[in-house]
Amino acid sequence: MLEIAALSHTYPDGHVAIRGIDLTVPDGQLVSIVGPSGCGKSTLLRCIAGLIRPTGGKVVLNGQPVTGVPEGLAVVFQDYSRSLFPWLTVRDNVALPLRRRGKSKAERREAAMAALESVGLAGAARKYPWQLSGGMQQRVSIARALAYQPSLLLMDEPFGSVDAQTREDLEDLVLQVHRAEKMTILLVTHDIDESVYVGDRVVVLGPSPTGVVADVPVPLPSERDQIETRALPEFIGTRAKVGRLVRGGHGGADVTNAGPATPDPRAADVRAACSDG
Amino acid sequence: MIKARRFALGAAGAVGAILVVEAVNRLGLVDEDALPAATTILGEAGRLAVDGDFLVDVGDTLRAWAGGLLLAVAVAVPLGVLLGSVPFLGTASRFLVEMCRPIPSVALIPLVLIVFSSVTQQKMALIFYAALWPILINTLYALRDVDPVAKESLRAFGFGEGSVLWRVSLPSAAPFIATGVRIAASVGLIVVISAELLAGGGEGVGIFLMESQAGGGDTAVMLAGACWAGALGLAVNAGLVGLERIAFRWNTARVEGVS
Repeated sequence: MLEIAALSHTYPDGHVAIRGIDLTVPDGQLVSIVGPSGCGKSTLLRCIAGLIRPTGGKVVLNGQPVTGVPEGLAVVFQDYSRSLFPWLTVRDNVALPLRRRGKSKAERREAAMAALESVGLAGAARKYPWQLSGGMQQRVSIARALAYQPSLLLMDEPFGSVDAQTREDLEDLVLQVHRAEKMTILLVTHDIDESVYVGDRVVVLGPSPTGVVADVPVPLPSERDQIETRALPEFIGTRAKVGRLVRGGHGGADVTNAGPATPDPRAADVRAACSDG
Repeated sequence: MIKARRFALGAAGAVGAILVVEAVNRLGLVDEDALPAATTILGEAGRLAVDGDFLVDVGDTLRAWAGGLLLAVAVAVPLGVLLGSVPFLGTASRFLVEMCRPIPSVALIPLVLIVFSSVTQQKMALIFYAALWPILINTLYALRDVDPVAKESLRAFGFGEGSVLWRVSLPSAAPFIATGVRIAASVGLIVVISAELLAGGGEGVGIFLMESQAGGGDTAVMLAGACWAGALGLAVNAGLVGLERIAFRWNTARVEGVS
């Protein structure tokens, strides 16, 4: 269980990135976090990961307050080319974090190979990341996270820099991984379609400084298909609802009816202030 | 193919320069003593290659150079890592570094003559000083410019600062540190020969060049010695470039877009 209460972060230069975020995620849920570009989504993820210390509020993971990087956490960053280490082979990239797991070299390599196998990249193990396409590199990042067997997987716009076809393949890979491993996943995206397609639930953030605008359940079966799921009326309806919430203007009624969580009034105020200005 | 073409063009350029020097001499455009025929110089150079005295000089120069350079690497790399990874030390040392760096090594000759009694130590101290800065500056900036996303990627798996330094910062800075060492090696060779020429004493290529001019002297011998000094520099640089390409294939391949 991940509990976030009144989380705020102000950078040393005075920039308020997030303000008063409340969010509870039960174990094993895949939550999409969607919001406009530059709204503080990445800041939220870094606070949860313990990479930055929030200036207000708290993050509690399985009853333990997060003060540093918690155990059993893995992060997949958007920028795979900067996140993978070019001096290591694909296999060694995937095996490296397992040093934290106190495994022998042979065990690390074995686990790395198994993870690469599960993302369909066993054949590329001895190559270097820069010898692979962008989509394959992001698969390596995902394999690196999987090999670590995290209980919480954070993904920061993981498919933002790959082409549309690859993107769909990677979305399905995440769904497949989630079904198989049952870990909690928080996936940040600015793509509304994607947020609905992969999520059990979509959390909509407002513009910077961000707060939770709405929490939308996704009424779709857990087995999803790129063509069929996207044609379902439930998908289309949810996508439209999330779309309106992200764009933020019209349809205040939708905001209040959006989901189980009450919208953050402060975020709504800020949004109003922004559109006025 | 491109490599062969490049090599052929380079060779043609060298042969062309030799022919021009030869022609200038044969046509009587300059005094024989100022610029001997290229064939004479090359002949002398060939003779020097098997001249025991000259080889002792070369050995002495190379020994001092290697010693000074190794000492500089041993000091500059750890110091650069420290100043590059601890921001407040970096800022505090910046002014000092920028002030000491432009001091020419040869300006310190009078000082090292007083401090060190052994000629080899004097030379090594000067090479050390000259070689220190390119390595220190490259290490410092390379450490400071390590991609924060790369560091964060490892930190996000719960690795501490020490592991991040060892497993991310140092490997990603290594190619730039190596470039610093290569620059320092070239600078060191210039400094050691200058120091020998200016300070004198003992053995060395610079001493050989001085002595070849003593008492009327022989310009062809002097120029042949200079050619060997140039060849040394070329060999050292080529060797280090080769090592960099092997050790940092991931970097060169990425930069050149080869996959």
